[in-house]
Amino acid sequence: MAQPAGLLYSKEHEWLKLDGEVATVGITEYAQHSLGDIVYVELPRVGAEVTQFANIGVVESVKAVSDLFTPIGGEVVEVNPELESDPALVNREPFAGGWLFKVRVADVGERDNLLSPDGYEELIAAG
Amino acid sequence: MYTPHTAPDIAAMLSTVGVASLDELVRVPPAVALKEPLAVPPGLAEVDLQRLIADYASKNAGVSYTSFLGAGAYRHYAPPVIASLAMRGEFLTAYTPYQAEVSQGYLQAIYEWQTYVSLLTGMDLANASVYDGATALAEGAIMAVNATGRRGVLVSRAVHPNYRAVLGTYARGMELDVEEIAVAADGTTDLALLAARLADGRFAAVVLQNPNVFGAIDVPDDAARRAIEASGTILIGVVAEAMSLGALTAPRSWGAQIAVGEGQSFGVALAYGGPYVGFIASTKEHMRRIPGRLVGRTVDTQGAPAYTLTLQAREQHIRRERAISNICTNQAHCALIATIYLAAVGGSGLRRCATLNVERAHALAERVTRVPGFSRRFAAPVFNELAVRAPAGLRPSSILAGLQERGILGGVDLGRWYPEFSDSVLMTATELTTDADIDALGAALDAIVAGRKEPARA
Repeated sequence: MAQPAGLLYSKEHEWLKLDGEVATVGITEYAQHSLGDIVYVELPRVGAEVTQFANIGVVESVKAVSDLFTPIGGEVVEVNPELESDPALVNREPFAGGWLFKVRVADVGERDNLLSPDGYEELIAAG
Repeated sequence: MYTPHTAPDIAAMLSTVGVASLDELVRVPPAVALKEPLAVPPGLAEVDLQRLIADYASKNAGVSYTSFLGAGAYRHYAPPVIASLAMRGEFLTAYTPYQAEVSQGYLQAIYEWQTYVSLLTGMDLANASVYDGATALAEGAIMAVNATGRRGVLVSRAVHPNYRAVLGTYARGMELDVEEIAVAADGTTDLALLAARLADGRFAAVVLQNPNVFGAIDVPDDAARRAIEASGTILIGVVAEAMSLGALTAPRSWGAQIAVGEGQSFGVALAYGGPYVGFIASTKEHMRRIPGRLVGRTVDTQGAPAYTLTLQAREQHIRRERAISNICTNQAHCALIATIYLAAVGGSGLRRCATLNVERAHALAERVTRVPGFSRRFAAPVFNELAVRAPAGLRPSSILAGLQERGILGGVDLGRWYPEFSDSVLMTATELTTDADIDALGAALDAIVAGRKEPARA
């Protein structure tokens, strides 16, 4: 399964899309599939300062509760308003409508700590 | 020595670990070992023990006193139906109902409790209960801290001091910054100070108690509510006297997003201060942050109504270190008692009882303030208790001692908690306070003021 190009990935199964100084963050297809039906997503507050790889929220599915980490540091500028009423959007469209939050990136160099699509594919292939 | 193991069990275990005796297994250093048997009397026959304990019990004087005590623990009538139902073995032996298929009765009772608390506070949901009102306040403050990401909690000085003390204990561990708002001249929270304190937006919560510790109606006015909302601060409404919910507007209607309080007034025995039953209720927005058990209603595979614990991802048995609270135990049996009480009296009964409390407190105020030198300490309207200022030269402690000699527990010396109000006594009347009780108190105060001593009541 090829991972979408143009994105960066974390070992915690988040993806990141850089658009200028703002990064959009979500969880991967692999992550949503592993979690199963998602019933609740606890997101950081808009305005919160987050550091790369910090625990900033929770994804709750019918079978597990998993911590959510941010793949990059900065200020949270937006959270996906759809997820409060429709958390299963993360299952249906993990790379599109099911995005989680956006960060104004503090240090764009932090992306060097993330994986390429091929690197992430190797990670999940290794299990 | 009592141990739960039989002699053959012990012998088998000793032989497994390779020692000859229990004394060899557990060696107490001679320096600390007991040299002679404890001076404990031998065991008594059951009937002798009953006589002894009955003799001790007869030394309790409390029940023969006429009481005007309140201040967070209230004397109310408990209909006998409560004991008949709540003392059923099925309820007494039940533990936390994790296993829904064998716990439908208790789960339904807790669900009804949550429903009553939601209705009485005006909130969207309530939990299965916590230890007591003070714990409920501390947990409510944590909800607000988690919701806002702020560390400050602004608490009215008119919130019960015991509640503030428990909040302070939690705050130390969590490194929260708890600050006080002063009491205005009329005995309510000084709302004029509030807006200025909120301006910099560093408080997660504002905590007001209604009625407050002085019995006074203490809710925010429109300006205070606007200031609270504009600063993004969460208003926590404390209800230490749940009976008041039968007569006063619900916390939600005066702007609270989180309501916490004590349910003892609903049929739970005074019992020296506990066990009582705390409640927490909130708007739906804070549903995921409410601590402790939540019972939900659903349908089973046959479509019949069924109850189960729900939203457990918040709890410590799912996420130990990241749980929203490490409070786990609820006061299920006390909550059951309160639920039966509310079901028995019903909405109109609760309203009538609460109204009677107001009426009794006003009768008390009227009589006490006819005693020369006694006056209402504060002008604010009250529910069922009031601060009474003693005449100059008569200390509350000596008044209360004089009343006690006459068989009357007159109230709480406010100086115990408030040095600035050390001239005053907090007195409480409930539906159980009779005209005769009030007359007796009035006559005793008259006598104390006149410097006369009447013979103590038998």
